[in-house]
Amino acid sequence: MNELPQQLVNGLLLGSMYGLVAIGYTMVYGIVQLINFAHGEIFMTGAFGALTVYVYILPDGTSMWVALPLMLIGAIIVAVLVAMGAERFAYRPLRTAPRLAPLITAIGLSLALQQAVWAWYPDAKSARTFPQIPGGPFHVGNVTIQTGDIFLLLAAPVSMAVLGYFVMKTRTGRGMQATAQDPDTAKLMGINTDRIIVVAFALGAAFAAVGGVAYGLKYGQIEFRMGFILGLKAFTAAVLGGIGNIYGAMIGGVVLGIAETLATAYIADLPGMEKFGSQSWADVWAFVLLILVLLFRPQGLLGERVADRA
Amino acid sequence: MTTLLEVEDLRVAYGKIEAVKGISFKVEAGQVVTLIGTNGAGKTTTLRTLSGLLKPIGGQIKFNGKSLKRVLAHQIVSMGLAHSPEGRHIFPRMTIEDNLRLGAFLRNDKPGIEKDIQRAYDLFPILGERRKQAAGTLSGGEQQMLAMGRALMSQPKLLMLDEPSMGLSPIMMQKIMATIAELKSQGTTILLVEQNAQAALSLADHGHVMEVGNIVLSGTGHDLLHDESVRKAYLGED
Repeated sequence: MNELPQQLVNGLLLGSMYGLVAIGYTMVYGIVQLINFAHGEIFMTGAFGALTVYVYILPDGTSMWVALPLMLIGAIIVAVLVAMGAERFAYRPLRTAPRLAPLITAIGLSLALQQAVWAWYPDAKSARTFPQIPGGPFHVGNVTIQTGDIFLLLAAPVSMAVLGYFVMKTRTGRGMQATAQDPDTAKLMGINTDRIIVVAFALGAAFAAVGGVAYGLKYGQIEFRMGFILGLKAFTAAVLGGIGNIYGAMIGGVVLGIAETLATAYIADLPGMEKFGSQSWADVWAFVLLILVLLFRPQGLLGERVADRA
Repeated sequence: MTTLLEVEDLRVAYGKIEAVKGISFKVEAGQVVTLIGTNGAGKTTTLRTLSGLLKPIGGQIKFNGKSLKRVLAHQIVSMGLAHSPEGRHIFPRMTIEDNLRLGAFLRNDKPGIEKDIQRAYDLFPILGERRKQAAGTLSGGEQQMLAMGRALMSQPKLLMLDEPSMGLSPIMMQKIMATIAELKSQGTTILLVEQNAQAALSLADHGHVMEVGNIVLSGTGHDLLHDESVRKAYLGED
């Protein structure tokens, strides 16, 4: 049986989720040259925001078709507020500090957010069950799509279209491009760059929140540590696509997702590699890919600027 | 004549190093005023302070009668002060037309913006021919034209040009200077910073010579052009 199409679809879906989170890394980096290592936790708080809406706000037994849009809104609100708070109170005071200071702050913030959810969110010390879309799975030819992944299938392209429209067509989007290319000159054009930075954080958080909901639907559970590895993967995707380039983030995510899935599926077939095919090696292959990209194409696939420090 | 810009005892520092040490000058509406001097005299620092990119440690800046003390850089543009920065700083990955549109970022009058873009193309036809090209592909002189055109897009009351002739071929420099003269004849008020003293003083109504953070000499463009110490120091004569 040929299972390649199935593996490609799995990779595409996983990669779209990486891409949604990668957008936030790449946008913030593009504007302030900060690698926001707390972005994985913003993704995590988004997922918990969605869970909160379903479990604590909506009445029991609400249909998922009604609940899902509200959960998405809840996720976006929580993630955007956390990101804007982080920008205002953790990063803005360090805007003129040496590059290492905000980077370490980001790592500290990442841990603080994890621990805050662990300590204060009800029953979050272990994984919490995430509500599922009923029905499915769906079969297209001999490819199976899990019900939870239907959301990703729709959300990823819609998100990219919204983002593309925003950046290319709106006034704020053009201000954002100008700020990314030359912040001081952007100010001379009358662009409020402080506001642009907030918008970049907020927009990245909103897409991460969509990714957080996708994660919950895909895996059926969420936990306070979920943003760590996924954040690293998304960061890898951003670097892979060319950090600073929003389309690169999505492309990098998809390439990473497919590479990881194919490696896990097929590497054990190679002579002498029998041991390396299990799911637990998936992360290793993802980061091997990161190292290869940094060695051979450090500017990423779509080749914008590269993280020169930190 | 109305005074558009009034700078009094302006002091600017980078950390502990004072780059501008208490300078005062005025720009009247319709005039071209130039600041000349060598590298490190504080000319660029002065312009960057006027447009709000740097904060002064002392002194007063009044533009159109209002103090700029608590006004942020992006708000200063909306008051009518445009700045074409040293080194041009066009947005390299955007098209020429998008660069011009960014110059009009704060404006909402679409027909007016289109008219002014056309005006920039009339002023610099080469920009019109390449309107869809990425600005980073332009030559230095063309980038300078774009930077000037972009600054004009905000419909400024005062246009500040920082070293527009820097790094240009003599022919291109003449072209830029001719354009400044044309803008002057149209009534644009200009504050011009230049190392090329000859060209700047020939155009200017008033000039100020800066040396290590101070204005050491002021006068009409004509007088400074014929001042012996200026000729010795800046025009390369013995």
